[in-house]
Amino acid sequence: MIAAHLPALQVVIPLIAAPLCAILRRGTAAWVIAVAANWLAFAVSIGLLFRVLDEGVISYAMGGWAPPIGIEYRVDLINVFVLLVVSGVGAAIIPFARKGTEARFDSTNQAWFYTMYLLALTGLLGVTITGDAFNIFVFLEISSLASYVMIAMGRDKRALTAAYQYLIMGTVGATFIVIGIGLLWAMTGTLNLYDLAQRIPDIENTRPVLAALAFLTVGISLKLALFPLHLWLPNAYAYAPAVTSAFLAGTATKVGIYLLLRFFFTVFGGGGFFLSTPLPEMFLVLSIVAIFAASTVALFQNNVKRMFAYSSVAQIGFITLGISYATETGLTAALVHLMNHAIMKAGIFMLLGCVIYRLASMRIDDMAGIGRKMPFTMAGIVILGLSLIGAPGTSGFISKFWLVLAAMENGQWWLVALIVIASLITMLYVGRLVEAAYFREPSEKAKNVREAPLAMLIPAYVLVAATIYLGLDTTWSAGLAQDAAASLLSAAY
Amino acid sequence: MIEFPPGLILILGALPVPFLRGPVRTIWMLALPVAAFVLLYSLPEGNHFAISAFGQQLELLRVDGLSKVFGYIFLIAIFLGVIYSLHVRAIEEHVSGLVYSGAAIGAVFAGDLVSLFVYWELTAISSVFLILASRTPEALAAGMRYLIIQVGSGVLLLAGLIMIWHETGSIAFEHIGIESVGGVLILLAFGIKAAFPLLHNWLQDAYPQATPTGTVLLSAFTTKLAIYALARGYAGTEELIWIGAVMAAFPIFFAVIENDLRRVLAYSLNNQLGFMVVGIGIGTELALNGAAAHAFAHIIYKALLFMSMGAVLHRTGTVLASELGGLYKSMPFTTVFCIIGAASISAFPLFSGFISKSMILSAAAHEGHYFVWGVLLFASAGVFHHSGIKIPFFAFFAHDSGKRPKEAPLNMLIAMALASALCIGIGVWPSALYAILPFHVDYVPYTDSHVLSQVQLLFFSALAFTVLMRTGLYPPELRSTNLDSDWLYRRVGRSILQYCVQTVGSMHSGIYDLVVRRCKRFVEQLYRHHGPHGIIARTWPTGSMVLWVAILLVTYLALYFIDIF
Repeated sequence: MIAAHLPALQVVIPLIAAPLCAILRRGTAAWVIAVAANWLAFAVSIGLLFRVLDEGVISYAMGGWAPPIGIEYRVDLINVFVLLVVSGVGAAIIPFARKGTEARFDSTNQAWFYTMYLLALTGLLGVTITGDAFNIFVFLEISSLASYVMIAMGRDKRALTAAYQYLIMGTVGATFIVIGIGLLWAMTGTLNLYDLAQRIPDIENTRPVLAALAFLTVGISLKLALFPLHLWLPNAYAYAPAVTSAFLAGTATKVGIYLLLRFFFTVFGGGGFFLSTPLPEMFLVLSIVAIFAASTVALFQNNVKRMFAYSSVAQIGFITLGISYATETGLTAALVHLMNHAIMKAGIFMLLGCVIYRLASMRIDDMAGIGRKMPFTMAGIVILGLSLIGAPGTSGFISKFWLVLAAMENGQWWLVALIVIASLITMLYVGRLVEAAYFREPSEKAKNVREAPLAMLIPAYVLVAATIYLGLDTTWSAGLAQDAAASLLSAAY
Repeated sequence: MIEFPPGLILILGALPVPFLRGPVRTIWMLALPVAAFVLLYSLPEGNHFAISAFGQQLELLRVDGLSKVFGYIFLIAIFLGVIYSLHVRAIEEHVSGLVYSGAAIGAVFAGDLVSLFVYWELTAISSVFLILASRTPEALAAGMRYLIIQVGSGVLLLAGLIMIWHETGSIAFEHIGIESVGGVLILLAFGIKAAFPLLHNWLQDAYPQATPTGTVLLSAFTTKLAIYALARGYAGTEELIWIGAVMAAFPIFFAVIENDLRRVLAYSLNNQLGFMVVGIGIGTELALNGAAAHAFAHIIYKALLFMSMGAVLHRTGTVLASELGGLYKSMPFTTVFCIIGAASISAFPLFSGFISKSMILSAAAHEGHYFVWGVLLFASAGVFHHSGIKIPFFAFFAHDSGKRPKEAPLNMLIAMALASALCIGIGVWPSALYAILPFHVDYVPYTDSHVLSQVQLLFFSALAFTVLMRTGLYPPELRSTNLDSDWLYRRVGRSILQYCVQTVGSMHSGIYDLVVRRCKRFVEQLYRHHGPHGIIARTWPTGSMVLWVAILLVTYLALYFIDIF
């Protein structure tokens, strides 16, 4: 009985929990509800995964209205993979949120924060699970509006400007997406993704469809912060509260990647169509520029959080680089890195949250000598940093391995060299932090700090453990991603 | 019946040693070789202990005649070594001694080249601590040179084994021969450890620097392991006869002029190895039996000699011939034991050296190698000269140095007494040793001609020494540095290296400056664009962000549309 309604529960649980938090107006109660809702959502994702593995694609008619008239929730390997990442990363973040929010907000505002968090989670899960194009837009707006608020709640004054800029850019992106969807609707008369996928191949070289594709490309690129449309991201991540940064870095851009894959491959007809457009070349160039420009900027940043925000832009470049191949190995690399990067970057921002909690600063000079004062926090950052570099034994190595494999399959050896060089730049900026934290005398600020509370460390270390686990056992990352990549290429839905 | 590699008993048994104290530790350390000995005695011939690794079957316990005789003597040596070092407080010496001997025994029973390589390197790494434990700057430097050369030998072995594996598809450690490149590399690896001429310097360099107890163990295992490996892999290789002959002869001259008595013993060790290498080169059953028997006897009497010198060093703090003399008055037991060792190494009848060395000499004569036989005869006379007479004479008699040290500690005396008993026992009842040799023995050492010629040789040698001493022609014992061929790499080599380093260094710093300047400019450029206020990292006005959106939209539209026309 419950198993049959899992697709609906995935969205409904956080959606109902959100207003509950708002009504209760009590920080602690709201937190308990948020944790419960998020963990339940994660459990539902796992349940969905096993159902999909068991019986293939699940089609769920919302409210009993049969598709294509009614809204259909359609779960296949690709979106259940992303659902797992989003709800899983959220499930690790939300217990961590308690200490930070308690220290910052009064009880009512804490409740509002959790409300916004749950709404953002609802939106992201909804975007991922729905099989209806307009529904995608609706959920995207829900998650975006909630995340603007979450960013604006940052302690830094600049958080307001950052949220405002994100709002403008996000709205432009959403508008572009809705224009694209509108054009598709005008040409095919349907909003159901499955129907679209059936009808578009016949008319895919008509101008309105191509215009729709252009709008969708730019709109989604904005959401996933593909260079040069990443400009909103560094400030938004840097000045938002740590919980927000961790959550957005782990989930929001990843859902953008999902949308890109869903539209380009499933709706527009698999790998063949993708390769017939100029997209592979565009993505290849933009990805490489993203990797190198953003990594280099990260190298010179003095604000550690901003440094890792730029690092996110570079890592997204790695994911889109994998997509640009449109081969099974390439898409596997993209999906594997989607999962691995979500986990490690969320973990890094959480541990940076621990540092802020004690040190109240993100300047690299203030973090000097903090390795001795906060040994566990810094050890976690070092492990995740190693994963970011791609050291063997961590999940980042698996990502890089698949990416290099994809490049070699295409005979692009120069790209292998570029990937290695990019890893070296990553090593440099991570190394800069390690140098400051371990090899310098403690700064004035760092002298009086102590280790972060366990309530913050334990959730972060869950992600550290996951990073190491996924570096050793790839059944749940590469194993699933490979099957998902195959179905993307054949446009099976 | 238990089938477990005896070497691993010692290696694993060494692990708890640091946590044991007092008599418990003593009993434990003595029990290890005894247990391993009993186990080895009970093992029949064959392969008993295999593990799979790297897709290969590794045979860790190959028991046959050759490995068994070396196994026995190594276990006897470590047993004596443990007794001799009981007074030592430094735990690391006990542990490294046990691990070192265990590795050497493990190597002897290794049935394949891969496990041989692992044990080979382990002997190098574990034994260096016996040298470093002296804690002097000279010992540190010598230890490092020793380690480099020993590990280098292991690397050669590894390279050779990979080539052989590639060629034949087998890693079994059987006869290797020098027909293939891999075989030559492995011979070189064995040759380094066996101290072949020109590859020998590490021995005289490192052994005299080790602790008094450490040298006893070092003298037993490393080179004899190499002798075992040569006998296994290169028996009957003609070149070894000549290498061995040179080895037996040349150290004599160095030994005669050397002042440091432990270094004298190191040279005489080198010379004794020459006899064994000749035996292996001849390769007949008699010769191989001789090499094995000589290794067996040699380990005991060489250990005994090093023990006596170790006792002197322990009590007086020096083993320089020029500083010693007249010690027999206060160290009578040590003197007696030293003389027994000296008689054994000189191959006096009724001492162990006689019954083993004469086998090799007979084998050489039997195969018609008369020139080599002559060289060995000369070497025998030389041995008597420098080890048989010089060592006891300068240490315990000669001119009285006035030193009156106490007699050696009890544990040292017990170890020396046991070793002396073995020396005499083997000399008087050789059949016991002959029974465990790899091949059947129908050799009779005590014939009239053997005894007579050996006694003649010894007496003329003694006469020569006496005449030289009386006439003042004997090289006086001076504090001096005698140059050996390692001067080439320790002085000349270093100068060449320094010249190269300086030249390359100045070139390097020139290029380096250039590169650094270029890099600095490059980074400055990068910083201008990518730094916190650079164009890429700046917080852009919202308007220009939207401009980018428009530009991209137009680009995509244009690209898509161009595509359809």
